[in-house]
Amino acid sequence: MGSEMAEGSGFSRRNLIAMVGAAAGSAAAYQVMTSLGFAEESPYRGPIRLDGDPKGTSVLILGAGLAGMTAALELHRAGYRVQILEYNTRAGGRNWSLRGGDTYTELGGATQRCEFDAGLYLNPGPWRIPYHHHGVLDYCRRLGVALEPFVQLNHNAFLHSAAGFNGTPQRIRTVKADFDGATAELLAKATRKGALDAQVSKEDQEILIEALRSLGGLDKDLAYRAGPDSAEFRGYARDPGGGLSARPVDGEPMALHDILTGRLWRGLQNFLLYEFQTTMFQPVGGMGRIGEAFARALPPDTIRYGAKVTGLAQDAHGVTATYQDLGQGGAIRQAQADWCVCALPLTVLSQIPTQVGPKMKAAIDAVPYASSVKVGLQFKRRFWEEDEHIFGGISYTDLPIRQISYPSTGYNAGGKGVLLGAYTWNGPNSYEFTALSPAERVRRAVAYGSQIHPQYRTEFETGIAVAWHRVPFTLGCAGDWTDAARAEHYDNLCAIDGRIMLAGEHASYIPAWQESAILSALDAVTRLHKRVLAA
Amino acid sequence: MNMSSIARTAAVLLATGVAAAAQEPATSAALPSAGPPMSEGQGFTESGGAALYAQVCAACHQAGGEGATGAAAYPALLHNEKLASAGYPVTVLLYGQRGMPPLGRMMSDTQVAEVVNYVRTQFGNRYGDAVAPEDVKAARP
Repeated sequence: MGSEMAEGSGFSRRNLIAMVGAAAGSAAAYQVMTSLGFAEESPYRGPIRLDGDPKGTSVLILGAGLAGMTAALELHRAGYRVQILEYNTRAGGRNWSLRGGDTYTELGGATQRCEFDAGLYLNPGPWRIPYHHHGVLDYCRRLGVALEPFVQLNHNAFLHSAAGFNGTPQRIRTVKADFDGATAELLAKATRKGALDAQVSKEDQEILIEALRSLGGLDKDLAYRAGPDSAEFRGYARDPGGGLSARPVDGEPMALHDILTGRLWRGLQNFLLYEFQTTMFQPVGGMGRIGEAFARALPPDTIRYGAKVTGLAQDAHGVTATYQDLGQGGAIRQAQADWCVCALPLTVLSQIPTQVGPKMKAAIDAVPYASSVKVGLQFKRRFWEEDEHIFGGISYTDLPIRQISYPSTGYNAGGKGVLLGAYTWNGPNSYEFTALSPAERVRRAVAYGSQIHPQYRTEFETGIAVAWHRVPFTLGCAGDWTDAARAEHYDNLCAIDGRIMLAGEHASYIPAWQESAILSALDAVTRLHKRVLAA
Repeated sequence: MNMSSIARTAAVLLATGVAAAAQEPATSAALPSAGPPMSEGQGFTESGGAALYAQVCAACHQAGGEGATGAAAYPALLHNEKLASAGYPVTVLLYGQRGMPPLGRMMSDTQVAEVVNYVRTQFGNRYGDAVAPEDVKAARP
């Protein structure tokens, strides 16, 4: 590589070659996999079929989240007698939407009343569905839950760093176009100078240069600079128009040095990863619509609400759960069945005396739960659309709020709107937000967010904050497996222990996603059914 | 979000944390209250047991150490005899305990010692044998 290109850029030839090699290698591998059909495969095989007569076998299910209700629905359809014990007075678990008029009391006693206008909501937990989460999508279809696109990538949303670019938010469009353009120019010129002669044939080099020019917005001199070629990617300083003011003005790309040291490229990964690729979906009216639909699909009175499980025992003949009936002053009651599918979070189950073997008990105790905080903010007007032309999508920042997500619904109609004004995931800030009062979380989300959108200061109306370690029914957000813990405990967690088996996002390889709750439940009831028929 | 992407994100943040830390803490510029600033990067930046407790531990164990109870409970630290042995809270912080994450891994040895010494001398606890940072270092995974 020519020294003038390497100077000050921080790029070494070795790094560039590694990047290209990795990209070409994975692309080639993917092509082969696709042609063989492997890459299309999903763990979800469509509605399960539990053939054979369970002869009135009963199953007690603990927890009316998506895992518990999936298990209940499928077992009921297969002829089992099912009952669910649920701590909350609603179904859904972490599948949950907070709407105007709702009240929410967190651990520690702070109660918030959601003051959002009609139709506006916050999804405190899951909020988006990847297109490849076939299980969630199939249940939505079967249960009549209407979906709409969730905008993950909006080129006109912002990437922001408190330090980079003097704290001025940059459009995702320009960061991506300028990063891609600058790196394409480097690689194209390095290729032209013969830097890749040892690795790439002359013929392929010409194609590579053609590709880099096409995809990077390079001009005929292989330069990425202000002009019509780059403007088609990064947009214009003044957009093309009509009449006498029609002539567009090309913008000046950011310097590669500024892009690299400003660190805004870190945010781009959120649009590239498999789990965030388009198309993503959300239920119309809030994620909680899925849990509500599941509950409606179950036979009446399947779910006993306000039931706090305090013990789980088993013998050769069946299982017995002891619970407090919270609606009846905590009266102690028992529920019995032939089998138990326990879909309680491990934070909860690990504290309940549970009659399982030492291996499963060790697994139950081995998984800490991730911290996460979300803050919903209602504004008097949709200034992000009216002033900044941001319709859906997410801005990423290194401020403690980490993200601002714009509603993927109700576009361009004026009126009020609710932003996701903070979404932390683990890390110090997540705990620090949790330790604050709900009102202070909202205040800080407004203060930090106003560094990106100054309109916050005048347009903010009301907010609500959910810190998952203070959520009374989970005491944490999601199972936070390490590779070491998984290697030691995962299979034991998922095994059938006598007459008890577990389900939930923690019993999966895609923790914290709804898909895993469903897949783990389907896997559990399929194995349970085999066991029952074999008995 | 799955674990691999969390790990990747964490790695990216770690790799760039030094540059961020060298900057003036711009994040505190627009704070609306006199409340304490929040950490930057992947480690807690609070100093002293009281601040660490208030801004980290209180998230679950509550401001007065009273704990909280829902479907399960966060144990109270008030008059907690399990704190009699200093090694116990050090181990819990460094290795986690059931649902509790190993938060000590986002703290320095000094911070872990400070917050352990704090809870062992607050909330009605009177355990005078202070933990030193070297003790924490020796106990780390």
